[in-house]
Amino acid sequence: MSTDQTPTGTPETPEAPEKQAPPSPSRWHQALREIAAGQVLVALLSVLLAVIVGSVLILLTDENVRETASYIGARPGDFFQAVWDAITGAYSALVRGAIWNNRVDTFEQQIRPLTETLKFAAPLITAGLGVGLAFRAGMFNIGGRGQMLLAGAAAGWVGVGVDLPMAIHLPLAIVAGMAIGALWAGLAGLLKARTGAHEVIVTIMLNYVGYYLVFFALTKQELLQAPGTINPKSAAMPESVVLPKILGDKFNLHLGFLLALVAVAFVWWLLNRSAMGFRLRAVGENPDAARSSGIDVGRTYVVVMLIAGALVGLAGVNQVLGTVTSGVAGDLDAGIGFDAITVALLGRSRPLGILAAGLLFGAFKAGGFAMQASQGIPVDIVLIVQSLIVLFIAAPPLVRAMFRLPAKEATA
Amino acid sequence: MTITPTVRPDEPPVTALEPTATPPGLWKTPVLFGVFAVLIALLPLLKTRAGDTTFRLAAETDFVKLPELKAPSDAITWTTVVLMLLGAGYAAWCARSGRRTPLWLVALFGVAAMTGFLGWAAADETISVIFLLGGALALAVPLVFGALGGVLGERAGVVNIAIDGQLLFGAFGAALIGSVTGSPWVALLAAMFAGALVALVLGVFAITYYVDQVIVGVVLNVLVIGITSFMFSQVLAPNAAALNSPPRFERIPIPLLGEIPIVGPILFRQTILVYLMYVAVAVISWALYRTRWGLRVRAVGEHPMAADTVGIKVNLTRYRTVLLAGLIAGAGGATYTLVSVSQFNRELTGGAGYIALAAVIFGKWDPLRATLAALLFGFAQNLQNVLSVIGSPVPSQFMLMLPYVVTIFAVAGLVGRSRPPEADGIPYIKA
Repeated sequence: MSTDQTPTGTPETPEAPEKQAPPSPSRWHQALREIAAGQVLVALLSVLLAVIVGSVLILLTDENVRETASYIGARPGDFFQAVWDAITGAYSALVRGAIWNNRVDTFEQQIRPLTETLKFAAPLITAGLGVGLAFRAGMFNIGGRGQMLLAGAAAGWVGVGVDLPMAIHLPLAIVAGMAIGALWAGLAGLLKARTGAHEVIVTIMLNYVGYYLVFFALTKQELLQAPGTINPKSAAMPESVVLPKILGDKFNLHLGFLLALVAVAFVWWLLNRSAMGFRLRAVGENPDAARSSGIDVGRTYVVVMLIAGALVGLAGVNQVLGTVTSGVAGDLDAGIGFDAITVALLGRSRPLGILAAGLLFGAFKAGGFAMQASQGIPVDIVLIVQSLIVLFIAAPPLVRAMFRLPAKEATA
Repeated sequence: MTITPTVRPDEPPVTALEPTATPPGLWKTPVLFGVFAVLIALLPLLKTRAGDTTFRLAAETDFVKLPELKAPSDAITWTTVVLMLLGAGYAAWCARSGRRTPLWLVALFGVAAMTGFLGWAAADETISVIFLLGGALALAVPLVFGALGGVLGERAGVVNIAIDGQLLFGAFGAALIGSVTGSPWVALLAAMFAGALVALVLGVFAITYYVDQVIVGVVLNVLVIGITSFMFSQVLAPNAAALNSPPRFERIPIPLLGEIPIVGPILFRQTILVYLMYVAVAVISWALYRTRWGLRVRAVGEHPMAADTVGIKVNLTRYRTVLLAGLIAGAGGATYTLVSVSQFNRELTGGAGYIALAAVIFGKWDPLRATLAALLFGFAQNLQNVLSVIGSPVPSQFMLMLPYVVTIFAVAGLVGRSRPPEADGIPYIKA
């Protein structure tokens, strides 16, 4: 599902002056040109464009801006002041919520937003890896929600159901969650391999089936529901399965983030250094060619979905055992299953790209809540900006045309 | 649903085309029939239900009142099991003689299985057949519109995952414009326009910029959720009286037709949107296979280069079809705010667009079959509503799960390798 093959030579794009440069341009020139034509710049410009659109939306719905706009002819200064206030207010709140809070005194409080960003980024990264890995094998895993829910429920069930020392209990719960997530996604892979059932449909359906299964378990005392309650929620996780806080009790950042980094390293190794990764990419590029060269395409589909499900499952585990330890609930996925798709797309399905994209969206999430709290801007603006970023990134010719950048040259 | 994996949706008389070769998977249907019969037979064995089950066939206001059907629960279940086994036997006989199970048998089998299940589940209770089926139809309306939009887009070669976005934006547009103007008709137009707007964005990215269509679709859904939720909490919710109280379409009983027993109250005492849906299904099913326009749309979706060679403007045709699909899906979105809920709310569609997408594939990219699939999903939803009222012995979560499980089985088993239009999802780049 890589977009690299997208033809990029739009006729509108003006020829770059470097084209007529002497045959051996300086290395500096070449580097500049590569950056200008490269994907990094397109990615940055896409983020910029999306943020601009987001700003326009904020302005359009801002009370003060609308009020001052009504007498803009008489006192334009008021209007521009209101615009300035709305924009700076929104983005400084975003930064205060996501990176650095300058309104508090101690360093610990000032740096706390950054650790929140990392906390929000962890499940986005792992789930994004799960979606991205499937993309690389030519499969579209929309089943993140179901996989996260079942994995979280399984981890929670191990968490509250058995009593063990932490050294066994925590790993057991993590493995249980990942295994169930793997099986749930593997089912879609198996059906695709055996019957040709389209994985998009199957994973969407499995999302709903998984949701109702978890909901059913949450309404049965003998399964997951907290004893003596009527709410569809499990009991809180005991100490022995809670992911430890890695920066001490003053910060919410927990071990899940380190697990996410391990997952990035694992997927990088899998894709770039293992035989399985080679088969996976071959199948993704061209299943027919892969089949003719002796690769068992069906088996690859199943294995890829198993691994992808385990990774998405880890995101669910991360939620239940790390971020929201008060118990398993039907909304434990918190939209991450779908956000993961945009993370994988933004990261171009490459492990390091997904890491960066996960961090960015984690910052948006952390900052979005701060923006809602202090400026009254609905957190949905984050959804808008995120989806616009992915939309622009998916269409490099559009972005290039907008900024009049040189077209990407075919590399030899 | 027929069972040959290679059937093209536009070639219904398959038997005539391949009379000699025995299609593989011929035994799937009889075996599945047998499994279902055993499952239904297991119900009373596992949990005995004493008492009578009543099926009410008439609505309160019917001119001709049909009597209620009342029978002991056990008797109903066992009778249907016998009927189902007979059906399985006939299907097996068909398979032995190299024929496919006829569609009417599949339909009758479905009715029998449902009657058996209801007979067991509703012991000591009354099931209103009118309410069960009429409600199912009402719930299926947005799904049918969405599925029609999906079928059109994909027949022209543009995968439309953004059905959900079109439904949601349609619902939003109808609520906003309807509240401002006070006219449900203007609201409906606004909904269609909103759906087409989403389709236009889809078209620009998918057709002009060759972006992967699945990606655009998914991202558009998220974008529409973001925009509508943002506008809802910033603009609609604070001024609910002025901006979020759209007018509603009332039910219009059709004279004469509406008086037919059973069929009348179900099909012909609905809102204008349902009647529009009948028209849309009929027109699209006819036009797609019987007009020059339909031939061109299908040609562009199957073999764009050949279409281009004979002078059809591929991308223009695709744009037009995708926009038309957006208009239709947008009308489906209007159902939410102009009929069912009467005000907009966050993520109002609850992912119905994805169900419509499943109906498209379940229905093998054929307007009529996709409509039937959408109706099936609507039925499953309403069945759950009915059973939750009478207190079903099955946990409601499992009833809610049923349509999705059925879809998985259908996609994996009955439908098999359903074949999308050849150039579905592939941008056409003119050489």
